[in-house]
Amino acid sequence: MLAFVVQRLIQAIMVMVSVAFIAFLLFQYVGDPVLFMLGQDATADQIAALRKDLGLDQPFIVQFGHFLLNAVQGEFGISLRQGAKVSQLIADRFPATLELAVIAAGMALLLGIPMGVYAALKRGTLSSQLLMTFSLLGVSLPTFLIGILLILFFAVLLGWLPSFGRGDVVKIGWWSTGLLTAKGWQHIVLPALTLTVFQLTLIMRLVRAEMLEVLRTDYIKFARARGLSNRAIHFGHALKNTLVPVMTITGLQLGGLIAFAIITETVFQWPGMGLLFIQAVTFADVPVMAAYLCLIALIFVVINLTVDLLYFAVDPRLRVGKAGGH
Amino acid sequence: MLAKPAVIEANSLKKDLDGMSNPISRWLSSDVGYSFRNSKTAMVAAFIAFVFIFCAVFAKWVAPYNPFDAASLELMDSLLPPAWSADGSTKYLLGTDDQGRDILSALMYGTRISLVVGMASVMLSLVVGVSLGLIAGFRGGWLDAFLMRLCDVMLSFPAILVALLIAGVGRAVFPNADDSLAFGVLIISISLTGWVQYARTVRGTTLVERNKEYVQAARVTGVAPLRIMLRHVLPNVLGPVTVLATIQVASAIITEATLSFLGVGVPPTSPSLGTLIRIGNDFLFSGEWWITIFPGLTLVLIALSVNLLGDWLRDALNPRLR
Repeated sequence: MLAFVVQRLIQAIMVMVSVAFIAFLLFQYVGDPVLFMLGQDATADQIAALRKDLGLDQPFIVQFGHFLLNAVQGEFGISLRQGAKVSQLIADRFPATLELAVIAAGMALLLGIPMGVYAALKRGTLSSQLLMTFSLLGVSLPTFLIGILLILFFAVLLGWLPSFGRGDVVKIGWWSTGLLTAKGWQHIVLPALTLTVFQLTLIMRLVRAEMLEVLRTDYIKFARARGLSNRAIHFGHALKNTLVPVMTITGLQLGGLIAFAIITETVFQWPGMGLLFIQAVTFADVPVMAAYLCLIALIFVVINLTVDLLYFAVDPRLRVGKAGGH
Repeated sequence: MLAKPAVIEANSLKKDLDGMSNPISRWLSSDVGYSFRNSKTAMVAAFIAFVFIFCAVFAKWVAPYNPFDAASLELMDSLLPPAWSADGSTKYLLGTDDQGRDILSALMYGTRISLVVGMASVMLSLVVGVSLGLIAGFRGGWLDAFLMRLCDVMLSFPAILVALLIAGVGRAVFPNADDSLAFGVLIISISLTGWVQYARTVRGTTLVERNKEYVQAARVTGVAPLRIMLRHVLPNVLGPVTVLATIQVASAIITEATLSFLGVGVPPTSPSLGTLIRIGNDFLFSGEWWITIFPGLTLVLIALSVNLLGDWLRDALNPRLR
């Protein structure tokens, strides 16, 4: 157990350090901050003085150390394009992305689990086959195309829902939320739906497969022999046992949601971190890119670590045997 | 899979005896060919994929116009809807975009670029992944442990995210890259996420094959390790690799389209399907849906048909299912 935790922790730290190194290389090789700060007609003396001030004359490894130290404190400097502190920019955008991802994850769970259960229980009927066909479509359609199709139908042709931005937001401290206004809810429907389709189909297929597996087991037959109602068997016994893998996958997918949010946010001009990153890439805004790289890596590492440990806690078989893989 | 009827067995034997002349008929009478002839899905998927590949390869001759030839563009004909709608013109079957470019022709040229990038990145990740997998499986030790840890880490990030980050970083590092460099960065960023799958599959199979008698025999007779890897082990791990490569072509094409849609993909001078969708997206609100929907439809059809072919191939090559 301890060895497993330590191994995972070391792996997580290695990932973080290598991502930080890539971000650091960006600073080193893209643009020259000194020229950027002083302008084109600075004298050689001025340049040398500023280089010394910024610590750019120090050895590579020392500079990397400084970078790590700053990064740990969330300090990535100032955005080249927007002139604001990067940490501030990201903090402004973070609520938008998180709200989108959480709503999408909620929709995926609330719709995916019942649909999966239905498809498993009513196997072979027309409606469940329709569900499976729909899910195949959901897996093979690229995210950005789903977004475009939704915009075409619900915003352009029907004119029901807005397809641009967040609508009205309310500030609670530094957190800006769109979930307290009617406009905000209208605006989140299409992007959240776009983001959820892939996860929804994934969860649905997973629940269906797990349900079918569990329904074949002896204890279900035994429960039937005891004369329990279908309802008790299906939801009390079968569904409960399918939920462990579902929870794990959902945890892992939360990171995927944040990643796919880049695409969704671009399609819907949703003012989140993903849009910030894409704009930073277009304008070679290195500090913002570096901060996003490190943040996304951190989110993933934390989620993976949590899921690994959670799995370990939930599944007793892992504790007994060799603690390898998941 | 059902057992082969004896009649066909005899037929194929007769064909074989007839002198193995035509490679296509020879393939059709093989085991894989037999399962192909018996799968409607595979035949339809292969037909669709073939049509798209044909149009893409011979775009220069098949396409009604050359969308990159500025001289032939007529601004008068811009934003025409498809031929079957009221304002459409039969000159442009699928309509035109804002610069009067024929959508059908742009689609054919765009598909070509999408296919080239997709296949190139699959080839690259295949070569890298298979070599690393072979070495890891055959050598074992610290190298194996390191490579597999690396694979674990890579797999814990979604492929599209890794490709996007690498493409974005590449774009920032070479801001004034010319076209070939931009394509290179794009292909590398897509294949850097793809090799993991091959490496894992090949390593797994190599570990099994390594201890089989024919490899032992080759070792005993003093065949060099490199030769054993390439001539003895490699052919036996190619089955799953072929299946994987087919499916990866579809996902590489989608990844490329996504990156191009986000503006970090192919250079704008050579628009792929994703670029066309990106351009068309701006016209969605003014009602010109055809500029973005047709490239989208093409993308989905290609991905779907290639995926179905991959699914069929997996079943056909799996001896346990026969």
